[in-house]
Amino acid sequence: MSFIDLIKKYESTGLHERLDSVTEKDIEYLLPKDILTPMQFLSLLSPAASDCLEDMAKKAHRITLKNFGKAIQLYTPIYISDYCDNNCIYCGFNVNIKRPRKKLTMDELGREARYIADTGLKHILVLTGSSRSKSPLSYIKECVKVLKRYFSSISIEVYPLTEEEYKELIDEGVDGLTIYQETYNRAIYDNVHIKGFKRDYLFRLDAAERALRKRVRVVNIGALLGLNKWREDGFYVGLHAKYLQDKFPEAEISISVPRIRPQTKEYSPQYEVSDRDITQLILAFRLFLPRIGITLSTRESQELRDNLLPLGITKISADSTTAVGGHTSGNKEEFEQFLISDKRSVPEIRRLLLSRGYQPVLKDWIN
Amino acid sequence: MILRINGEEEDIAGCDNLLELINTKRLKREAIVVEHNRRIVLKERWRETVLSEKDNIEIVSFVGGG
Amino acid sequence: MEDTLRIADKSIKNRLFIGTGKFPDKSLVRNVLEESQAEVVTVALRRVDADSIDENILGHIPESCIIMINTSGARDADEAIRIARLGKAMECGNWIKIEVISDNKYLLPDNTEALKATEALVKEGFTVLPYMSPDLSMAKRFVEAGAAAVMPLGSPIGSNRGLKTEELVRIMVNEIDIPVIVDAGIGWPSEAAACMELGCGAVLVNTAIATADDPVAAARAFSLAVIAGRTAYLNSGMAVNEDAKPSSPLTGFLRDDK
Repeated sequence: MSFIDLIKKYESTGLHERLDSVTEKDIEYLLPKDILTPMQFLSLLSPAASDCLEDMAKKAHRITLKNFGKAIQLYTPIYISDYCDNNCIYCGFNVNIKRPRKKLTMDELGREARYIADTGLKHILVLTGSSRSKSPLSYIKECVKVLKRYFSSISIEVYPLTEEEYKELIDEGVDGLTIYQETYNRAIYDNVHIKGFKRDYLFRLDAAERALRKRVRVVNIGALLGLNKWREDGFYVGLHAKYLQDKFPEAEISISVPRIRPQTKEYSPQYEVSDRDITQLILAFRLFLPRIGITLSTRESQELRDNLLPLGITKISADSTTAVGGHTSGNKEEFEQFLISDKRSVPEIRRLLLSRGYQPVLKDWIN
Repeated sequence: MILRINGEEEDIAGCDNLLELINTKRLKREAIVVEHNRRIVLKERWRETVLSEKDNIEIVSFVGGG
Repeated sequence: MEDTLRIADKSIKNRLFIGTGKFPDKSLVRNVLEESQAEVVTVALRRVDADSIDENILGHIPESCIIMINTSGARDADEAIRIARLGKAMECGNWIKIEVISDNKYLLPDNTEALKATEALVKEGFTVLPYMSPDLSMAKRFVEAGAAAVMPLGSPIGSNRGLKTEELVRIMVNEIDIPVIVDAGIGWPSEAAACMELGCGAVLVNTAIATADDPVAAARAFSLAVIAGRTAYLNSGMAVNEDAKPSSPLTGFLRDDK
């Protein structure tokens, strides 16, 4: 069985009609429950539930404390290449955008890694544009070898790989995989991925499972909020996370809530996602999946990130740049994949966490 | 003839087959199941199941149990 | 829609399963089963004692009941398989409760041997319900092996100490897609109700009924408790929100955003 079978099962049940039929009374009824069914999770994503956020927040806060204590993991992304063969209309790396591209040499990568390691961070997320020809598996492996010297945990966010390819990277020291489906809605997916191998929806959908079969330790999934109605994609993200948790109980599954940030002049989000919406989504995830990790990136503003912290967040990025070599090139805003909103440095984030009684976790385990 | 019945050796006379043994023991045929040398023998085959020296017979029935 | 428990090809309305051991007088069994309207009843197999032939217990069980044969007495998987096959030859169905006990001190089940027996007997076409120490990963293995339900103990057999394994059973109920039936240790109707409120598919009670002063009255009390617990589970909005009212709002920052 693949997750696609579950999507098909729910697609036909009229999600949006159900969402509209939920009342505040329904939310009141299900809030005291410890275990929620998928349909109850859907109720928490309803317009009616958006009037119950304070009650949801209280419970989410309590569940998060109970399961994770007051600890927040920190990581930062490192972009190693922005070559891309795909035309995804929302993305700053889009092949149709004519501009110089870059791929880090091992020397440049080492410099970048040293710079980041000096901030004390030990968890790194490696990103590339989706070009198998310009950043092949062998190149990614080489990069991982270099990064191993500086970091205790290496996650990758690259184009989807085969099971055997994941195995090679895991053997090299990769312990985490981040892969966003972007949208679970097939029609929208086909519309926004105009050209390139990223059009293969199913190969992407099953990627997390392929890596988990090779015993990757952490998997982080998500949908790019704004491509579709967030309530629908949010529902499938939650369902997907639960599916992976149930099928691979030994793994750590987490969810990101990336909202589309402006990066290409041609694209603005089709569906608006407000601060209230993203808050509701995070709360619903926490109530449905008490043990799930929730990651919040620097796409979001400093103020919103600080406010969302107690509601279920377990991992945040710091000192981010989405440009290749951006940590050391001095010009962080040149050719970014998307714009960073919260530009605070690692020490600033650490200070903030400590002042709010949270322990900043820079290194969670030894590999 | 010596038979091992439910774990105990017994000297049984005049029983050539299982059916005769069950009758001799006055057991209710509908309430028991019989194993002959660890093989379950259905009731309709009791007559044709010939006994020989040192055969192992288990006879069980349902009792109350949780 | 009627609320029934599906096991194999059967739809069971009555979620109180009754064991027939330890009754002071066999004739009470029929009264107890009639009073409680139990649909699933366990029996065991024993060697016939030729000198004092026990009355056949089946004679005291209404025809309509599903007979579940308990492999009690088995000390390993092979013995359990042997007992199951003997039981099947009695021709009263193919439901088997796998009970393998290699520990005579506490009478706790041997999960590993029970799993081996389950694997083998499912292949032979039995409907298998293993009795087990509650454990999630073990329960998942029973599911994979094709068990029709899993039967975790509430506390040791005959102890009447109630649902001491509540947290583990709760997790199994939440995570396992086949019925979870609490078997052993249930001493009071309120404990049976608690099992049902958790979402268990059924409870199996023997000692508490069989050794009561009035087993028929005890059977009635247990069957009412099971109905009460099940009804509460199906309508669990009865629970009260444990949160006290606001200290300082967590979502105050959203005030302007709507």
